[in-house]
Amino acid sequence: MGKIALKRTSLYASGASPVNLLQARFYNEDCLVYDLEDSVPVQEKDAARLLVYNLVKYQRPVGKYVIIRVNGIYSEYIDEDLEAAVRACPDAIRIPKVEHAYEVQKIAKRISEIEKAAGIEEGSIELWCNIESYLGVLNAREIAESDPRVVALALGAEDFTASMKAARTKASLEIFYARNAILMACRAAGVEAIDAVFSDINDVEGLKEDVKLTRNLGFDGKTVVHPRQVDVVNAAFTPSKKEINYALRVLAAVEEGKRQHKGAVTLGGDMIDKPMELRAQTTLAQARAAGINV
Amino acid sequence: MALNIKQTAVAGTMESSDVMVTVKPAEGQGLVIHLQSNVLTTFGDQIRATVQEVFSDFGIRDAEVFLVDKGAIDCVIRARVQAAICRASGEGFNWKGEDK
Repeated sequence: MGKIALKRTSLYASGASPVNLLQARFYNEDCLVYDLEDSVPVQEKDAARLLVYNLVKYQRPVGKYVIIRVNGIYSEYIDEDLEAAVRACPDAIRIPKVEHAYEVQKIAKRISEIEKAAGIEEGSIELWCNIESYLGVLNAREIAESDPRVVALALGAEDFTASMKAARTKASLEIFYARNAILMACRAAGVEAIDAVFSDINDVEGLKEDVKLTRNLGFDGKTVVHPRQVDVVNAAFTPSKKEINYALRVLAAVEEGKRQHKGAVTLGGDMIDKPMELRAQTTLAQARAAGINV
Repeated sequence: MALNIKQTAVAGTMESSDVMVTVKPAEGQGLVIHLQSNVLTTFGDQIRATVQEVFSDFGIRDAEVFLVDKGAIDCVIRARVQAAICRASGEGFNWKGEDK
């Protein structure tokens, strides 16, 4: 199956609830995360694992990037979670609370073993690593570069702030460094950066402000916990007509400058430098990925 | 290796799109299925066939199964029956058995 480029939104659906799992596919999220971890009570771990396995294997949503979030690396559930998740053949497995590169390598090795035993193409399942502690943030670059399967790091702000003994606020200054540290690690490794959940599902204006910052910082997408957050976040990550037009004008000016063998190019009085050209290319790439005819 | 149903066990809920499955020991009685569903007339045979197939996969011949269906699709029924059997037998799911 071809990989889907857009990762603006990844929506969690609890593995404990068939109705949640089945309904989640009908929203506009780019990535659907079937959860075996926090949303599943301890006494339902076995049943949730079987439910998610059967659902992904027999009723896989079409046109979505499918992720299974397994339980923690040191939990008693991880071995069996991997047995199930790998055999379900999702696009990716999301590992919670990653703090060290060797943890990812251990998981990647186990995935390879199961792929081989199950006759699944080796290396076909990607990894998303949740960074949810100060140690994870400090080691983000090593984690991002730890294994070729790693395609994204995702910030988990609630656990991160708890590990920092910090308060979690809507202004989110307490996660500003973590956001940037993860972004830089992702850019250095060439993987995607996914921002933390905005927890107040009733505060749409707050979400709009938060995701505006998310996008301005450079993130590729954001985790969402409720369907009503999906369209708001998708819209924020989809370039506006004004942004697209400006990007087209920037690139046209650059091309014209090349034709005229000019060293410096201006647009409306502003000097166009290489970073502006790169940003314009990124804007158009995001627009095309979102299905906009540019 | 066939599993034995050693105790009564339940999996699933009464929520919409789910099915509550209760599995009980029934030595020598074969597979006895009791099904409640709003879609019994239309999908009853299909639900029973799925249940029989799952028990067959586990190599279990004797058990009494009660299903209260709330509109579960086939893969949900399959998952809930598998979970109930594992709980009733006290054994983990044989993932290697899925490698066909």
